[in-house]
Amino acid sequence: MTLSEYFCERDPIAFPLWQKAVVGIAGAGGLGSNVAMLLARAGIGKLIISDFDIVSLSNLGRQAFNLDQVGLPKVEALAQNIRKVNPFIELEIHKLCLDADNIQELFQEVDIMIEAFDTASAKTMLIECFSQHFPDTDLICASGLAGYGKSEEIRIVRAGKLFVVGDQCSQLSPGISPISARIMIVAAMQANLALERIVWKNS
Amino acid sequence: MEKQLTINGHIRPWTEGMTVQDALDLMNYTFIMLVVKINGEVVLRADYGSTTIPNGAELLVIHLISGG
Repeated sequence: MTLSEYFCERDPIAFPLWQKAVVGIAGAGGLGSNVAMLLARAGIGKLIISDFDIVSLSNLGRQAFNLDQVGLPKVEALAQNIRKVNPFIELEIHKLCLDADNIQELFQEVDIMIEAFDTASAKTMLIECFSQHFPDTDLICASGLAGYGKSEEIRIVRAGKLFVVGDQCSQLSPGISPISARIMIVAAMQANLALERIVWKNS
Repeated sequence: MEKQLTINGHIRPWTEGMTVQDALDLMNYTFIMLVVKINGEVVLRADYGSTTIPNGAELLVIHLISGG
């Protein structure tokens, strides 16, 4: 299989731009793993993905991992799954906990940054840190995705280079994880927005 | 120039020396995890009490909720 055979029937304007693009993804859980799979399928040239966690059984309800990957670092399991779909993508994975210091170092070359953390405090840290170091780079975050239904309440709020996808109000109930369908809507909107912004920046 | 600012699309009166914290109090935004932008620029949490808002500014207050 050649690259041109694999990437047939692609958008002649957008696809070459996506091939040249580098997207950073902070977190490889319910949001990050699904965003990564979507961007890999679309033909993004390179993904830089970081996550400190390992795959657990409870993740399989919403994250892009398989039963036989339980116990593996999420970034390694995700790289395996992405390569099964798109063997041509360049992947840079980091099994570590992001903080104010390494965010600047790891994501220097990204064209678009995706926030895919689970806790509100980590989301806030990333937004404050990334916006300070890379004020001219788009940052696509997620906030408010718990539960099911209410698809129509999920929207995108924009402030300069910061985009927030979600309903900005749904709280997780204690002991209950996000649910696959609604978190996938948010992940898909983050990925779709990233694809749109890459084209917009180059046109 | 009229003395006002916009907070998440709502027009509110602006006063000289008004800080980000004053604006959050005005709107009863007590949520712990927020990101505040003034005219597109992020204000760090540590600076809410010392950052003053210019007249006519546009504030966006984003509520960050766990889940991902």
